[in-house]
Amino acid sequence: MKNNIAFLCFLMLLFSSCSPKEEDISVVVNFTHHWNGKVLSNQDLNQLKFTTENGENISVEKLRYLISDLSLTDFKNYHLINFHENTGTSLSISGLAENRYHLTFRFGFSDQDNTDGIYKDLNSVSFGVPTMLGGGYHYMQFDGKYRNDNNDALGFNYHAIRAVDNTDPDNLKFEDTSFEVDLGSVLITNNAKIEIKMNLAEWFKNPNTWNLNELNTVLMPNFQAQKIMRDNGKTVFSLGIVN
Amino acid sequence: MVQKYVFLSCFFLLMHCTSKEDERYAPTPYRLKIPTLFSDKLIPPIIPADNPLTIEGVALGKKLFFDPILSGDETQSCASCHNPQKSFTDQQPFSTGIEGNLGSRNAMPLFNLAWNFDERFAWDGKEFGLERQALEPVSNPIELHSNWQNIGEKLENNAIYKDLFLNAFGSSKIDSTLITKAIAQFERTLISGNAKFDKYVRGETTLTIEEQNGFDVFMDESKGDCFHCHGSNNNPLWTDNKFHNNGLDTHFSDLGLGAVTGDPNDNGKFKTPSIRNLNFTAPYMHDGRFATLEEVINHYSEGLKKSLTIDPLMKQVNEGGVQLSPQEKTNLKAFLRSLSDSEFVQNPDFKK
Ligand code: HEC
Ligand code: HEC
Repeated sequence: MKNNIAFLCFLMLLFSSCSPKEEDISVVVNFTHHWNGKVLSNQDLNQLKFTTENGENISVEKLRYLISDLSLTDFKNYHLINFHENTGTSLSISGLAENRYHLTFRFGFSDQDNTDGIYKDLNSVSFGVPTMLGGGYHYMQFDGKYRNDNNDALGFNYHAIRAVDNTDPDNLKFEDTSFEVDLGSVLITNNAKIEIKMNLAEWFKNPNTWNLNELNTVLMPNFQAQKIMRDNGKTVFSLGIVN
Repeated sequence: MVQKYVFLSCFFLLMHCTSKEDERYAPTPYRLKIPTLFSDKLIPPIIPADNPLTIEGVALGKKLFFDPILSGDETQSCASCHNPQKSFTDQQPFSTGIEGNLGSRNAMPLFNLAWNFDERFAWDGKEFGLERQALEPVSNPIELHSNWQNIGEKLENNAIYKDLFLNAFGSSKIDSTLITKAIAQFERTLISGNAKFDKYVRGETTLTIEEQNGFDVFMDESKGDCFHCHGSNNNPLWTDNKFHNNGLDTHFSDLGLGAVTGDPNDNGKFKTPSIRNLNFTAPYMHDGRFATLEEVINHYSEGLKKSLTIDPLMKQVNEGGVQLSPQEKTNLKAFLRSLSDSEFVQNPDFKK
């Protein structure tokens, strides 16, 4: 397998440097982050200034998430976006043909790709899931603080992974809670910029109103909570400006 | 097989940029001994293009690391605070410089530094890159308290060093740039990856029940939940090399990262240390406040202090923590101890 990949890379190197380029269009995909109508930047971190559908004030401290199977690429299967450190928020893709593309990606890894320990770049930034929960990788780590009913600011860890029922630790039951996001068709021209928006408010809103007083930490082993995240996640992404 | 293709690709690349004749002296490349667990699980270490490791450079760096010639009165070397037998720490809460001045931070252990992918060094990340880090202790008045000009001259007047620099860098002009390059090369060879737990991950040994249960406490989000910051079986560095406030104080006498960035949201944040080699590196934390691992574990279990910047991963802060049971604490400690690598502290390559 490794050999094949290395060989492929080798071939690609050869071809990319030698063959004439007819259809070689480059695009940049930008991942932007929003709270309902408002665009977020790093300046917005660490402040208890967003209000969830359920009425809690929250802050965003750390946000990292993974997408895979982006329909524009087939060479690298996944991409990690780190909002709080501002890395991976823009992804350059080249070698495309000018065309209409159906833009889809998966939030997280499907079970098929979610193999424990195999992605060195993700291991190196500690994005893994413990073996006791089936291993593999996080889909998202969204950490911040919320003001609870006693007006006290406490941490929340909205960590999305493949849902796992660990009632019997020797017989874990899984449900693949990664999901496909379909952004419709986009006309790709050279140097196009494609914006993919994440509305953070949706994680707490639609269709399930999320109560942070009840669901705040230790959500990784919470089978039910993972399914709610999946359901709420489906309205989180949208296509922004394409130009 | 993979190597073959890599080799081939390199070959082609080389052919591409047909080299200009390089007349300069070429020292012998040094092959870093990377543990298989690291190469299997992690991206490659960071070796700056302008300071490749060479056998001559590493040897010179080692000599400099142990040589008091770098200090103002020639009484202290890097190794005075970074003792190889103690995993390159000094077992004091604070280290004493040549004039007997006490610093305000715990000397950091030195290993696996080339895998600090962000290259931010020191407890507060104030030093970028190992070469640049090495500039600091020499001129720091509470550490080696010397000056680079003097050291350069002293070394140039020393026949042995003159030869060594010539061999390592092909230069008879000795300055802070070359000195810190050599030291950084030596530091990059300090690799620790052969503790009992590494052997366990490689399938060469088994854990005791206590160690296994302790690892479970470490990985369990409802118990220790240590893995989000301190690595795991899939991240053998056992640190994320990021900056967090792990709940040591309500008010900060040392602002840590906040003093470096000027952002109050960073106050009280310090770099997560690796939990390898804890058997040799007491006392713990940036100010050496905890003498034992029991104290560290009690801190996370029931001693957490609340502040604005406390990491959201710290749970049940109002109760001081998740309240581990005595058995869970003993197990956690046994697991932590299984990450100590005695081969590393005994490695003759790293001793004077
Ligand atoms: C007087 C004691 C002392 C001496 C001498 C000393 N150090 Fe240190 N070293 C420390 C302390 C204390 C820290 C933590 C500094 C901080 O966070 O502000 C440190 C941090 C470091 C780090 C950062 C490690 C990391 O993981 O971020 C490196 C590398 C280092 N020292 C290398 C050296 C070298 C090379 C020398 C000799 C040129 C040296 N030190 C001399 C006390 C000392
Ligand atoms: C939010 C990230 C985070 C989590 C979670 C965390 N730590 Fe830490 N740990 C740190 C940081 C940051 C420090 C250094 C703090 C300082 O010195 O100010 C540290 C220091 C330590 C040290 C001292 C090491 C030394 O060389 O001084 C040990 C031991 C340790 N942690 C063990 C644990 C254990 C066990 C757990 C789980 C119960 C845990 N940590 C959970 C971030 C974390």
